[in-house]
Amino acid sequence: MTLLDVENLWVKFPSRQGVFDAVRGVSFTLGRERLGIVGESGSGKSMTGRAILRLIRPPGIVTADQISLEGDDLMLKSERQMRDVRGQRISMVMQDPKFSLNPVMTIGQQIIEAYRLHNKARKSEAYAKSLEMLEAVSIRDPERVMRAYPHEMSGGMGQRIMIAMMLIPNPEILIADEPTSALDVSVQRQVLSIIDKLVTDRGMGLIFISHDLNLVADFCDRVLIMYSGRIVEVCDADKLHDAQHPYTRGLLNSLPRLDAPCDKLQVLSRDPAWSEAPSVSARL
Amino acid sequence: MVRSPKCECAPVSMLNVDNLSVWFGNGRDRVDAVRNASFNVNRGASFGLVGESGSGKSTILRAVMGLTPNWSGAISVDTKPVDKTRQKSFYKVVQMVFQDPYASLHPRHSVDQVLGETLYLHGFRDIDARVVKLLDDVGLGGKFRFRYPHQLSGGQRQRVAIARALAPKPSILLLDEPTSALDVSVQAEILNLLTDLRTEHGLTYIMVSHDLSVVGHMCEQLAVMKDGEIVEIMEVETLRKAQASHPYSQELLAASI
Repeated sequence: MTLLDVENLWVKFPSRQGVFDAVRGVSFTLGRERLGIVGESGSGKSMTGRAILRLIRPPGIVTADQISLEGDDLMLKSERQMRDVRGQRISMVMQDPKFSLNPVMTIGQQIIEAYRLHNKARKSEAYAKSLEMLEAVSIRDPERVMRAYPHEMSGGMGQRIMIAMMLIPNPEILIADEPTSALDVSVQRQVLSIIDKLVTDRGMGLIFISHDLNLVADFCDRVLIMYSGRIVEVCDADKLHDAQHPYTRGLLNSLPRLDAPCDKLQVLSRDPAWSEAPSVSARL
Repeated sequence: MVRSPKCECAPVSMLNVDNLSVWFGNGRDRVDAVRNASFNVNRGASFGLVGESGSGKSTILRAVMGLTPNWSGAISVDTKPVDKTRQKSFYKVVQMVFQDPYASLHPRHSVDQVLGETLYLHGFRDIDARVVKLLDDVGLGGKFRFRYPHQLSGGQRQRVAIARALAPKPSILLLDEPTSALDVSVQAEILNLLTDLRTEHGLTYIMVSHDLSVVGHMCEQLAVMKDGEIVEIMEVETLRKAQASHPYSQELLAASI
């Protein structure tokens, strides 16, 4: 079943040196699955995520043949109608919880606000619901956390709180933009397994944006590899290590490995043809 | 694995840290960031420090550099103990490369100014020739000389930071997560550069990283830290065979494969 269908998405930024294309003709579909988007910084992966939520502000320009959420074209919606989509139907977890939580509101106030914005509910009901959600992201004493401010939380806890806040309106799609790159290796796994459990339990679609190839190979079902605004390759995540495109191979080979020591790491040599080749469609 | 060219002779201790404790604050607010850490790094060796954030691995580097006011224990560089206040000559031997290349370069100083000032402060007078040489050493070339940090990519900035650290011709480089802010493809370039520089200049590295595979690639020996203490010091070979003995190191190893 297709939740989201994106066709020929472009993101452009006018600059003094002419128009810069950040995303160039990307097409993909998302079902009830975990879709990974990988690439280096500047490859347009975050821009793709933001464009879906129509979060790109002028002077940035977004064009697409369609971005349809269960048959509903998001490109045709007004800003007001988009507000009902954001959070309620598609929500997004950003990279660093330090910048995405409000520093002057308690955690409780923020989660309750997120819930009451999309559901008509009494405060007491919203409070109970928030506690339940914090427990779902394995926070040990949710009552204390509800009263705490973001600066009193560690990075891993902050990210779990963000996930709780984003999932409390029960969206159909979660876009996770590098949700674990600000976290420690040991905490990373924990946060990922929480995302995984919630996404599977609720039958949501997940777009997982990351620069970490091994993480994506482990965690997702299908992977899009982006280079300079285009999709260069689509493959099943478990077959990522047999990827064909020289760019993907280059990225994989440049990783140091514990099981295969070498004197020199392979360095990626870029072929200008990669950025010229048309985008591979990932529509099913 | 790259072995140092000077390994044939008997190993000489280049950096020795004995019973080092570092703390911040006083009385009730006192935080013990590092407790009784001891390790030894031989000349030409490369030593890794791994652990989660807050385990005190960067604090050890900062204590060696003299950037933390409160510490006890003994640190000796090239078998000579260091004083509480570092002499200028100390910084001719030990230099540090910081984690975030976006934060460690002055935004309004050009590459030429950054390197030129460092060279001047260390008493060199043939600055012009040395700046060119340094840029060549880190693979940047002359066309980057008059650029400002915002005109450089993350990898290029980290190269400038490495060039700055190499300016006084040090024997020890302290590397604090030198590639964690970079893409994997750029990480490979910087790690290769560091490997080359080590063989060329006979440098000793102490490298902090949370990435076990990076430490496994760069170092011969590593210490695993947890809550301010070194829980285990092991050879990289042991790490490769996944034979860590301390439960925390095993956990860390399991999380990164």
